[in-house]
Amino acid sequence: MSATAVHSLWTMAAEPVDKIDAPKIEYGQLAPTLIVIGAAVVGVLIEAFVPRKSRYHAQLFVSVVALAAAFAAVVALAAGDYGTTKARVAAMGAIAVDGPALFLQGTILLVALVAVFTFAERRLDPAAHGNRVDSFVAQAGAVPGGAGEQAAVKAGFTTTEVFPLVLFAVGGMLVFPSANDLLTLFIALEVFSLPLYLLCALARRKRLMSQEAAVKYFLLGAFASAFTLFGIALLYGYAGSVSYGTIADVVDGTVETVDPALADTMGNDALLLIGAAMLVMGLLFKVGAVPFHMWTPDVYQGAPTPVTGFMAAATKVAAFGALLRLLYVVLPGLRWDWRPVMWGVAIITMLGGAIVAITQTDIKRLLAYSSIAHAGFILAGVIATSEDGISSVLFYLGAYSFVTVGAFAVVTLVRDAGGEATHLSKWAGLGRRSPLVAAVFAVFLLAFAGIPLTSGFTGKFAVFKAAAEGGAGPLVVVGVVSSAIAAFFYIRVIVLMFFSEPKADGPSVAVPSPLTTAAIGVGVAVTLVLGVAPQYFLDLAGQAGVFVR
Amino acid sequence: MSFPLLTATAVVPAVGAIATAAVPAARRTAAKWLALLFSLATLALAVAVLVRFDPDGDRYQLTESHSWIADFGVRYELGVDGIAVSLIALTALLLPFIILAGWHDADPLETTSSRWRPTQGFFALILAVEAMVILSFEATDVFLFYIFFEAMLIPMYFLIGGFGDRAHAGSDENATAQRSYAAVKFLLYNLAGGLIMLAAVIGLYVVAGNFSLQEIAQARADGSLDMATNTERLLFLGFFFAFAVKAPLWPLHTWLPNAMGEATAPIAVLITAVVDKVGTFAMLRFCLQLFPEASKWATPAIVVLALISIIYGALLAVGQRDIKRLVAYASISHFGFIVLGIFAMTSQGQSGATLYMVNHGLSTAALMLVAGFLISRRGSRLIADYGGVQKVAPVLAGTFLVGGLATLSLPGLAPFVSEFLVLVGAFARYPVAGVVATLGIVLAALYTLVLYQRTMTGPVKPELAKMPDLRVRELAVVAPLIALLIGLGVYPKPVADLVNPAVEHTMSDVQKKDPEPEVEAAK
Repeated sequence: MSATAVHSLWTMAAEPVDKIDAPKIEYGQLAPTLIVIGAAVVGVLIEAFVPRKSRYHAQLFVSVVALAAAFAAVVALAAGDYGTTKARVAAMGAIAVDGPALFLQGTILLVALVAVFTFAERRLDPAAHGNRVDSFVAQAGAVPGGAGEQAAVKAGFTTTEVFPLVLFAVGGMLVFPSANDLLTLFIALEVFSLPLYLLCALARRKRLMSQEAAVKYFLLGAFASAFTLFGIALLYGYAGSVSYGTIADVVDGTVETVDPALADTMGNDALLLIGAAMLVMGLLFKVGAVPFHMWTPDVYQGAPTPVTGFMAAATKVAAFGALLRLLYVVLPGLRWDWRPVMWGVAIITMLGGAIVAITQTDIKRLLAYSSIAHAGFILAGVIATSEDGISSVLFYLGAYSFVTVGAFAVVTLVRDAGGEATHLSKWAGLGRRSPLVAAVFAVFLLAFAGIPLTSGFTGKFAVFKAAAEGGAGPLVVVGVVSSAIAAFFYIRVIVLMFFSEPKADGPSVAVPSPLTTAAIGVGVAVTLVLGVAPQYFLDLAGQAGVFVR
Repeated sequence: MSFPLLTATAVVPAVGAIATAAVPAARRTAAKWLALLFSLATLALAVAVLVRFDPDGDRYQLTESHSWIADFGVRYELGVDGIAVSLIALTALLLPFIILAGWHDADPLETTSSRWRPTQGFFALILAVEAMVILSFEATDVFLFYIFFEAMLIPMYFLIGGFGDRAHAGSDENATAQRSYAAVKFLLYNLAGGLIMLAAVIGLYVVAGNFSLQEIAQARADGSLDMATNTERLLFLGFFFAFAVKAPLWPLHTWLPNAMGEATAPIAVLITAVVDKVGTFAMLRFCLQLFPEASKWATPAIVVLALISIIYGALLAVGQRDIKRLVAYASISHFGFIVLGIFAMTSQGQSGATLYMVNHGLSTAALMLVAGFLISRRGSRLIADYGGVQKVAPVLAGTFLVGGLATLSLPGLAPFVSEFLVLVGAFARYPVAGVVATLGIVLAALYTLVLYQRTMTGPVKPELAKMPDLRVRELAVVAPLIALLIGLGVYPKPVADLVNPAVEHTMSDVQKKDPEPEVEAAK
């Protein structure tokens, strides 16, 4: 017997080894996200290896270049028709590359670019011990007011970690609205939330307030994440998949095959309803809709103002993007269930934000409540469930985010001995002292109020029009009523700035570096251009108004 | 392509506003002259519009049409009918006088910082208001109209709140508070009206699919666009509410006395003679054309509101102790007449209402500006602080009297013609309304003559003994206005010819015919 024959007595040929297919990753289509995350990693390395003195410039350079390059990649993808005819699902079904995703990614990247300018501002605070300082704490680990902090300030430490943190957050935000399965959605949520919690805690002045804000944000955010995750689990139990397309098919009843492991639960409407509700709740928390808005004022007030501006603008864009995709791609079959709920949420968000804002005395809290009211307006567009609804929400988000970043950038300029003078009474007579700054802020306020010839009006008109066409006429009426209420407190700030006599001990306006000036300039320019000649951008949003599935 | 005359009429003051605002702080006088120059250039263009306009030609002339926001179906569409032309002419005519009358109103106090440039701001804002008002008279696209209708609130708001009477230089704190209260009240009332209108504008779009006034009116007329009765009524109410706030009609009028009382006299004229006219104009142009059925449905209620405005405004004017507030309440009464004329739905009534808009602009400007000159001399707005002015300043007193007589519609002065037409028109349709409105004239005589008597006649108050008479600049403001009041009073035909064909169009929109005279019906 040959050796083989003997062998074969007690051995047998194995089945060929199952090869694990390497996932197919479309690097080109994911380039915007990859560039930003890559730059964030480089930023971490810079923190580790570059001497402290050069870190600021290196970080700023890397951040700006990465954001600009990522934006260029978005533009290139859009120019290659990935937003329209070639829209597809990339990375093994995890990431959608389509019109809304590209539009929102572009918006987030530009907003982040402008926000990074305000992060890098180092001329507003007086120099400490001969070192220029920015809005961030010298050493985050030091006890507020303790010896460690004094030493850090004296040594001229700065928290340049903020730049990689922002980049990580931006990376998460880029994925969030384009996530095409629930797990990716959740991971993106965490990737952008965690850096934001940290950033909130890093204010140079009023550190305790800043840390308090961060803890509140973190705890409530963790709750919201838990809800989201629970909802995802329930939806998986319902559909046997986390992929958006499959869940939608199961909701529509077009999938007949049942996963044997999930035979007990699949197609159980209770799971679907509860799961969807919890998931939507988690997203409504991020957009700051009533009744999930409680964190907004405290966090907006406590966080360093550049962070507040970035967070208020970019988080809202990302979260509304994800909400849109969830409601329009995954749950359209359920719209008769979610629309009434969203009606209620939109109404109380618009009215609640506008009414509570009236009583605010701190400019950052006021803007926080105003952002809640705006979330309500955007929800009105979400409810339209039409292509116009999508594009109007996209346009609104673009318009709103630049106004927000600009407005918070102006807030960083108004200072007295204790840092930023955010109490409204201190803004009295600002128009007399610094007519230009006050006028710019007035432009932003008028845009928030939705006065014609500003971007706020165009956006508001777009969402209200979509809502009215989508059969939500009463919602539009509530919308204009709360706009009227909201106008009152925006006007109140303008009255304070222009018609009140300046106080003797009032704040002064710091002269910013070109960085903040550029941020504010971009804000004003976008506000006016989108108000007077919005056609090109409406077209863009209109073309981007179709989700891939 | 022909020269865009209508655009130019609005662009010139807009450019003027920017140019004036850009003048350096130290060159205040240059800013004033620049503003005056631009307002005169606008007047020249308005005259050109007047000349080019053919009253018997097409309904809308000098039209321009460009795509603007295609996504919303919004076009940049301009066009004027006789009503619009006469109001544009009025606006362009009054503006140089307003600027001239407010020549020193915004000179900065010595204490303010060198970067604060109130004078430049004041005149720039006035020109900005002019540009927006003219555009809202010209717009034949509902959305375009809405944009300027709303946007003009902002410069107006700063004009009211930012520049008060020198009369109160002493008690500055209190005056500032009152002034910003008035400005905020003005803005909130009008913004609320505007936002309600926004809901209706969106509703109109949902129903009609575009914003073109001509297209929608055409589709309404030939029946291709059918609105459910309730939809039409709701949309009408949305539009009318905004216009009634602006006009202002009782009970939405309460912002006007505050605003006119606290603003300087030229700004008060700007409010009542120019900006408020957009409200009544828009009732004619938009409410009646877009929603003819709903307009007819609402007529009885609106006529009642107009009558209340007439009587209530006049009664409160009688009781005022403050000269400017008196003029404000008189204006409310007059706006009641205008609305009555519009909604009487007779051609005399609507012609009268349009003429009334023009004449009220002229007469109120004359009265209010002279009152402003008077107030600037004494530093008080209270009637009780004056007496015997005609002995020390006869010219001032004389012009004040003419302005007052015009306000009470004395025959021979322009407002008489329009008031008469409104009353005739109202009487033909609603005899009772005509009778009640006539009471307003009686009360007008009371409040103007009592005002004159208390301030101008009697013994000279010691504080007024050295009061100077009108200066050359002030005369240059008042004399042309009075000449126009007399001229149009004796010979109103040019304006009437301009307005009548346009009114005929509007009447056919609402498919109303003038009631037959009773005598002929009896035959």
